[in-house]
Amino acid sequence: MEEKLALFKNRKRFGIEKNIDIIFKNTALVLSSFVAIILLGIVLVVFFQSFESFSRYGLKFLVTSEWNPVKDEYGAFTAIYGTLITSFLSLLITIPLGVGTAIFITEDFVPKVFREIIGSFVELLAAIPSVVLGLWAIFVIEPFFRAFFVFLHNFFGWVPLFSTEPTGRNSLLAILILVVMLLPIVTSIARDSLNQVPKKLRNASYGIGAGRWKTIFSVILPAALSGIMAGVLLALGRAMGETMAVTMIIGNSNAFSWSLLSPGYTISSMLANQFGEADGSQVSSLFYAAFVLMILSLVVNIFAQWLVKKFSLKY
Amino acid sequence: MNSLFYQKNSPRNIGDKVFTSLSLICVVIAILPLIFLVTYILIKGGAQITPELFTLEPNPPGDDLDAGGINPALIGTLIITTIASIIAIPVGVGGGIYLAEYSKGGPFSRFIRFGVNVLAGVPSIIAGVFIYALIVSTKILFGSMYSGLAGGMALSILMLPTVIKTTDEGLKLVPNELRYASLGVGASMYTTILKITLPSAFRSIATGVVLGIARAAGETAPLIFTALFSYYYITGFGDLFYEMGSLAVLIYNFALEPYDAQNQLAWAASFILVLSILSVNIFSRILAALTEKTKRV
Repeated sequence: MEEKLALFKNRKRFGIEKNIDIIFKNTALVLSSFVAIILLGIVLVVFFQSFESFSRYGLKFLVTSEWNPVKDEYGAFTAIYGTLITSFLSLLITIPLGVGTAIFITEDFVPKVFREIIGSFVELLAAIPSVVLGLWAIFVIEPFFRAFFVFLHNFFGWVPLFSTEPTGRNSLLAILILVVMLLPIVTSIARDSLNQVPKKLRNASYGIGAGRWKTIFSVILPAALSGIMAGVLLALGRAMGETMAVTMIIGNSNAFSWSLLSPGYTISSMLANQFGEADGSQVSSLFYAAFVLMILSLVVNIFAQWLVKKFSLKY
Repeated sequence: MNSLFYQKNSPRNIGDKVFTSLSLICVVIAILPLIFLVTYILIKGGAQITPELFTLEPNPPGDDLDAGGINPALIGTLIITTIASIIAIPVGVGGGIYLAEYSKGGPFSRFIRFGVNVLAGVPSIIAGVFIYALIVSTKILFGSMYSGLAGGMALSILMLPTVIKTTDEGLKLVPNELRYASLGVGASMYTTILKITLPSAFRSIATGVVLGIARAAGETAPLIFTALFSYYYITGFGDLFYEMGSLAVLIYNFALEPYDAQNQLAWAASFILVLSILSVNIFSRILAALTEKTKRV
């Protein structure tokens, strides 16, 4: 017994243990700074690789749509237009669908168990790899919608967006598949921000006689708007960078067309298609396109984060 | 007096019903893709599952009717994902520990948290482009160009933000009393973290990390020009430095082939990939729900 007491008496921390403590802290510090290093590395590497193309074509690269490795002339307008139009149009379809689903999940239309099942179904959709969605799009969605596209062209052919004969893979299919991919993002973020709206607001609105949907439109949605906006922006960033499913279904053609029913291109699908076998100044031009894509998604992401911070609910 | 009773035909009640049905339609549209997709893959891919699928090499497209198996791609996916985990988990958990346990909310930690969010939003193909420029085109890995190792590195960039975030958030949920108690009996900071806080946050961190791995296993874009694809068996350690197949890239390549046999193989690979990813997801969801219930009791 006394032996044991003596053992505990003057126990001091050994020097080596103190050193371990310091080493541990600094290791963690270094590991956490890896994030910054990688991020900076990505921006610098892509920028320097694209420098040759940047100095040759300058900003003209962004507005011309010639992409000719033989003549060594490059312009990414078709791809940039494709990236923007597919992501914005798919978002336009996704927002009402996603917010509508989120409202259904957060209101008490059906018992909680069913709502939780619906919620996890939507989230499971996010777990499906995009390449599998692409495969599905090629063999199931495309044949399924073919007649619909013909109908669109026949009846709305005078609208520039539907002015070409539908031929197999096209931009509209890419938009549809993007909707499937963005839906879980918008829904889960909209659901979280709707859930954060305090119950008091809802009760006050019911108390002065507003109905359920009057309450949703005039009280709940405005209160959750900033969170929903941030979710929408994150989805936009995701849509612009989405590669596999879009590459497999968009048709990959650099010929510019206003029509959604003709094959198109996005920056990421151009990278996926050409990077493997490119050489010379084509590589540099592809890096330039990658740089444009990166800047687009960085701007959207940073703006989304700023929005969250600036307008996060203060109840 | 009438206003005391529910009026079926008043405009506001009709409007409410219209909007309720609209949101129900949204839900149906949101759920249908998953149901269609999963049943289609189960039927179409499940029909392809044979023992040979798991043991044979895929045949090069076009030369005969039999497509072979997906053994190299299956093993390749396991190897590439393992490499990505070996890189991303220590770095991510270490970084998360710093953010949650050491940082005091100063500019550095705020910048890192911001960076984590930005990195999570970087398109996956950019990670592939980055590794291509850094490792593949420079042949920095002992002169090898396209390799499973480079593919693993590209995937680790995508996993890193997930791992840091889940570690950071998991550790923040550990009550401070545990830390005070441990430090109070004289334990040093690293003992406290390794023996007290990390173990008590283990389950939530592990769930997040496993979900991150499942997500990475299905990523294709970073692999198509880092790991490329290979038709041949993986025989030894040295194969890490050569082109390596993966399920995701196999699906991509074979979906675009004009031959039916290859397309069938792509469906079979999707079956395996989707089944494993969904089961990991559902399992972790059930686990999380169970722990939540026991906590309430």
